[in-house]
Order: sequence, then structure tokens, then C-alpha cells
Amino acid sequence: MSEKEIICIVCPKGCHIQVTTDSDGITCKNYGCPRGKEYAIQEATMPKRMLTGTVTIKNAIHPRLPVMSDQPVAKEKLREMMDELDKITVEAPITVNQLIISNILDSGVNIVASRTMEVYHD
Amino acid sequence: MRNFELIVIGGGSAGLAAAIEARKQGIEDILVLEKESELGGILNQCIHNGFGLHSLKKEYSGPAYAQVYIDEFNQLQIPAYLNTTVIELSADRQVTFMSPEWGVETIQAKAIILAMGCRERTRGAVSIPGNRCTGVWTAGTAQKYLNIEGYLVGKRIFILGSGDIGLIMARRLTLAGAEVVGVAELMPYSNGLTRNLVQCLYDYDIPLYLSTTITAIHGKERVERITLTQVDETRQPIPSTSREIEVDTVLLSIGLIPENTLSTQAGIELDQRTKGAVVDQHYATQHEGYFACGNVLHVHDLVDYVSQEGQAAGRSAADYIKNGNGKGRNLSTQAGDNVSYVVPQKLILSATPELIQIKFRVKSVMKEAEVILRDQQGILQKIAKSHLAPAEMEMMYLSPKLLQQAQGSIIVEVREKHE
Repeated sequence: MSEKEIICIVCPKGCHIQVTTDSDGITCKNYGCPRGKEYAIQEATMPKRMLTGTVTIKNAIHPRLPVMSDQPVAKEKLREMMDELDKITVEAPITVNQLIISNILDSGVNIVASRTMEVYHD
Repeated sequence: MRNFELIVIGGGSAGLAAAIEARKQGIEDILVLEKESELGGILNQCIHNGFGLHSLKKEYSGPAYAQVYIDEFNQLQIPAYLNTTVIELSADRQVTFMSPEWGVETIQAKAIILAMGCRERTRGAVSIPGNRCTGVWTAGTAQKYLNIEGYLVGKRIFILGSGDIGLIMARRLTLAGAEVVGVAELMPYSNGLTRNLVQCLYDYDIPLYLSTTITAIHGKERVERITLTQVDETRQPIPSTSREIEVDTVLLSIGLIPENTLSTQAGIELDQRTKGAVVDQHYATQHEGYFACGNVLHVHDLVDYVSQEGQAAGRSAADYIKNGNGKGRNLSTQAGDNVSYVVPQKLILSATPELIQIKFRVKSVMKEAEVILRDQQGILQKIAKSHLAPAEMEMMYLSPKLLQQAQGSIIVEVREKHE
């Protein structure tokens, strides 16, 4: 049996939800709404986060292009994925939502451009 | 002198939304002046996600959120001068700007929308004693270096202030390979949104020290150590609690101030509480033809409401250009008990009544509270709120009907309900 306290972020109230996992399954206590319960279970079992970072870009107005994952990724994979971003160099022009890394670390998640960057010369 | 119908100062989230809406309302002759080399303002360096949940009903990163507005702005072919700094603003709506491309020029506008945003408070604003060594940055500057330029400002970092930018940077720096040793907050509660506390600090086991501050920064060339000290209820340091921590960098996330140097120059009346202009519900300042929106008006925690304000100001400016000033009976608002400020400060009850949006912030964290609106004669409206915090701007809507009998000043106050 394991017990976790999850601070809910669904709304500003910030309920402290108790999630207990045992042979009977998962039970939640102290949640304020169904959305909070759903969030707490997700957090206790498989926490996910959006990944945001930058990659090197050539011939653009700035040397970095902001990128993000197209869906939430497993929290524990974030650092490893950030290291993958460091290996990438792209070249302008880039359009917002353009694919930058396909299926990063075999997670089924794509990394896409977070903005448009035109070709730029000083 | 060249004439324009509408000049928007600032091409960030407020200015973009204002210009777009004014154009949609039929104003053809618009010019946006932006001091940076591109549109989008501070959103360009806020590469994290969480933007747009309220206004666009989808979660965007900062640059992606800005892109939505930039694309629409470009589609409407609204002219913008980039790298262009406004150096003077006159009471009769003359704007003097300077840029490498356009030189120095003074232009005249029928209406001006102030959308200059805000700036960060620096070390000088809180007077931290100690050495003047390098390695002390505002959180936003460190964010710009990392996200736009690709430079990491330090390896062992301490953050003063638990505002959202500080929290966001704690996560960002950690993922970029730095060690964030801790975050100190002078107040007994965090100034950041709960989701940022959870996802930026707790996720990475970064300690948050409440009622604690940095009382000294030590270092010869570069920051070497800080002295961390707890404070009492009156926010005075308790010397016996002091301890030293080795770090090479200190980030400051100690508040934002609306950037109103130009507004003051033009003679626009400011509110000492918000540090922004005094406005009515149409975002018109007390100075004819001047409108203000976004962080230059009051500091926001969510960009969604900045865009919304920009849109409203754009609509009002267009209406002013076409029809002149609206008329009606005047009322004012006032921050009462436990409320730090109220926007708008003025209300105009016009012949075509519409719901009036009131924004305010509370002074401290409150649970099971009620928001009370009253005038000198008595209570006009009561609304129950289960949770209120200074970090979160509150909004409510007033029906003009309710205000018909009201006199003078409408006071917004918050009380905790007692059992």
C-alpha cells in the first residue's frame, strides 16, 4: 500500500488530495471536485508534463528556436528529452508547429516549433 | 507633421490585441511602435506552456500564443515600426520616436493606446546589502539570456522572491543543467500561482523558504555566498536565524512595476496603488484620447486577461475616434478592507448599459470569504469566494441596474465569513 499527497492544480483552491493505492485499487480523499480526483489519480500513477525548451537555429533573428512537445510526456523522461534537444540544429525558415523531432526517445511524442522564425541576416 | 488616427505604443500582447480590435472596428490608419526587433513582447522569452487556457481555450507556449496574434496582425496588414523607441509623449497626443530606420520624428494621433507593459524591480528596489559583485540578475533578464540567446547565467543559483517568473526560472534553470539551491520569500505565503509552485519547485524538490530573505550577498568578482535570514511578523530579519549558503548566482523575482515614464510625461493621472493610469471601464484614462491596457495599467498574472484588456481598449479607442467621448453619470471605485487595488477606478453609467467588469486583488490569502460592494448608503452586492490570494487577480461583473441608485464611491472590500 502506498499513500501520496497531491496538491491539485486544476483550480486556484489547491486542494491537498490524499491518494491511497492498495490491492483494492486507488482511492482518493479530500478532493473538491471530479476534475481534481482525476488529476490526483493521474499524478499518483503516471505524472505527465509538457516539455518546453529550445534548439539551435541558424540564419534566424535569434540563435535559439523555442520548441515544445505536442502532448504531455512522462515526467521522469523530461531530463533525458532535454538532452536530446541539445543535439539538434535547425535552419530558418521555420513555421510554428513544424516538426522538429519525430517520436522523441520512442515515446510517441513529437517535438514541434513553438513559433515562426523567418530567414534573417544582419 | 504626419497624422494617424490611432497610435499604439508597444507591440506585446496588449498592444497587438488592441491594434487588431481597432482595425476590426474599422480604424484603417493605425501605427504600432515597438522598441524591440520583433512583435510579441515578453511572451517571446516565456517559452514554457500554460498560456491561453482562458482566452484561446487551448494551452500554448508563450511564443506560440504570441504567434496567434502576430499572424492575425500581419494578416490585417497593420503597420508596425520595430526597433522604435518613443522618447516623448505630449499632452495633446504628439508622439516623438526614434529608430535606426526612421530617424527621429514627431507624429500626431487622434487616439493613443498605452501598451508599454512593465519592468522588473531590481536589487536597488530592495536594497540588499553586501558586495557589488557580478552574478545578480533579475529573473526576466536571466530568462532572456537563456531562452533567446542560449546562455546559462550560473551553475549554483539561489532565487529571491516566489513570483511566477522566479518559479518558472527555477524549473527552467534546473532542466538546463544548473542547480537551483532554493527560493526565499519574504512573505509567509508564496506570490506565485499554485500550478507553478507544484510544477516548478515541488517537481524538482527545490526548497521554498517562507518568511525568509537574503540579508547579504558576498563575493569579490562573482557572487560566492549569500546570507539567508528568517523574518518576523513585521518582516524584520531575526539575526539569530542567519546562515550562509554557497552560490554563484542570485536571481531576483521581486515584483513588476508598470512602465509609465511616458504616461507621466504626458500628464496622465496615475493610481498610486496599481502604479498605472486611472481608467474608466472602457480603459480610457483621465486624459482625453489616451487609453491604457495590459501590464502598463496593472500587473497581470495571466496573459489571457492582458489580451482581453487590449481588445477592450482597442474597441474603446475606435469608438472614441468615430464618436468622441461617451457621456454619462460618473462614479468611482475604491479599494476597501483587505483589497489592495481596484481597476477601473472610474465608472461611467451611459445610456446604453452593459455589464461592467471590475478587477481587484486581495492583500492576503483568504478562505471562505465574501466580496462586498457598497456605497455610502449600504451594501449593493455580496459574492461568496471560497479561495482568494494576492497572486490571483479576481474579476466580477456589475450590472448597471445595480449601480443606478449608487452614489459617489463604490467600495470593494473582502471579509472572511465567520462561523
